[in-house]
Amino acid sequence: MSRDVAIIGVGLAKFGERWNAGLKELMAEAGLQALEDANLKSDDVEMLYGGTMASGRFMGQEHVAALMSDQLGFKNIPAVRIENACASGGSALRQGYISVASDIHDIVVVGGVEKMTDVTSSEATTALGGAGDQEWELFQGITFPALYAMMAKRHMYEYGTTEEQLAAVSVKNHENAMKNKYAQFHKRLTIDEVMKSKMVSDPLKLLDCSPISDGAAAVVLAPLEIARKYNDTPIKIVASAQASDTLRLAERDNLTSIKATSIAAEKAYKQAGVTPKDINVAEVHDCFTIAEIMAMEDLGFYKKGEAGKAVMNGETAINSKISINTSGGLKGCGHPVGATGVKQAVEAVWQLRGDAGERQVNGAEVALTHNVGGSGATAVVHIYKRAN
Amino acid sequence: MITMEKPSASLWRKIKPRYNLSGNICKNCSTAYFPPRIVCRKCGRNSKMESMTFSGNGEIISFTEIRVPPDTFRDEAPYTVGVVKLDEGPLVEGHILENGIKIDIGTKVKAAFRKMYVDGEEGPIYYHYKFEPV
Repeated sequence: MSRDVAIIGVGLAKFGERWNAGLKELMAEAGLQALEDANLKSDDVEMLYGGTMASGRFMGQEHVAALMSDQLGFKNIPAVRIENACASGGSALRQGYISVASDIHDIVVVGGVEKMTDVTSSEATTALGGAGDQEWELFQGITFPALYAMMAKRHMYEYGTTEEQLAAVSVKNHENAMKNKYAQFHKRLTIDEVMKSKMVSDPLKLLDCSPISDGAAAVVLAPLEIARKYNDTPIKIVASAQASDTLRLAERDNLTSIKATSIAAEKAYKQAGVTPKDINVAEVHDCFTIAEIMAMEDLGFYKKGEAGKAVMNGETAINSKISINTSGGLKGCGHPVGATGVKQAVEAVWQLRGDAGERQVNGAEVALTHNVGGSGATAVVHIYKRAN
Repeated sequence: MITMEKPSASLWRKIKPRYNLSGNICKNCSTAYFPPRIVCRKCGRNSKMESMTFSGNGEIISFTEIRVPPDTFRDEAPYTVGVVKLDEGPLVEGHILENGIKIDIGTKVKAAFRKMYVDGEEGPIYYHYKFEPV
């Protein structure tokens, strides 16, 4: 038997180019905010999971979970780093969930961090390339934008998705980021500006791609039965599911959907006893604009081939049919890879508590987060509700 | 922080498949694999893998021109890569060469043996299969 798990505290370090903050400063900023939110002392924490993808490549620093615990003043607790490429944060959250659900620990902190801007963009491109198959993708100079570009081109070929529809994802997410003080960008975009931005890997342009970012995020988990001791509005994690697939893009069943997402989503909906129609607000993994379109389809919000039109029609803006990436997503809020999956949970909690300010989704009851690693070799889906 | 990360042993280990398009086939379910796998995705522990050399003929499933390369391909950009479905079944990523034929999804290609990149001024020259439109 497993226990119900709630999030009792959340914290974020502002995403962006944080020249004056290293890993320690970013982690402390997010972690302390989460502890304060949960009204906890450092001594109350029993276990820490830390998500980071490539701190060794970016900063020469490994052993990041112990460092997180050290920096937050936790006393000799077990601390474990989770690396699952860009899904490191979501995977760390799932491990935290499992350790509370299985009655191993009561108070668990899940942190995510990445400090990416101390290296050049081509070094960052190389580091992120490690999320794919090193021997057969990165070795041939096949970058992440290129992998998603090939998915985009095939999606356009099979379903008639257009470059303007891709651009509309970026425009919407930048619009949402305007209302998020933690976001990397506070800059409105037009479809024309996205279309005219520098080509990176056709059809993906610079403004179709999530940026290189610094940032950190943290959540505190507790068994639901004691959650109200710490927080008046605990948010229950009603589903936690994950799936994997081949590391190499070409070896998948097809290029136009991410199968690991569909599998994880199906399990998550079953665990939560909800359907895609019940989701009011979703943070999905828009590392590239095409990724949000595939996520909308693979998560069951739209039929295959319909998502591009829906974005163009404004159906996924805040307080429309389904509010997607209210935080600004990876595109507008930024994508410090290890932090992203945890940040998504933070946004879900704010939305369900009614604390999302200008970007609040009216009557948000059920939230979903979706975190992808690599070109789809890992997908993690969580669903949340306000605890009654 | 990042240094050249192409340990030569890792290259030599894969020379046979990279140079000769040598993959394998599972005799249990007749699924062909390139690059070769140790374990068949369908049969798992019951795999019966045998070597198989591929013809190099195939067609483009998708492709893109890379304008922002990783460090190692600094001097090669822009270059075009694609996912190619080999006639024997498997899909594989590779460079697509320009030879005057306009490429698109569905364009037939054939593998050729080509220089991939040179590792700095004194480093080794790396070779690889690349696909050429036919």
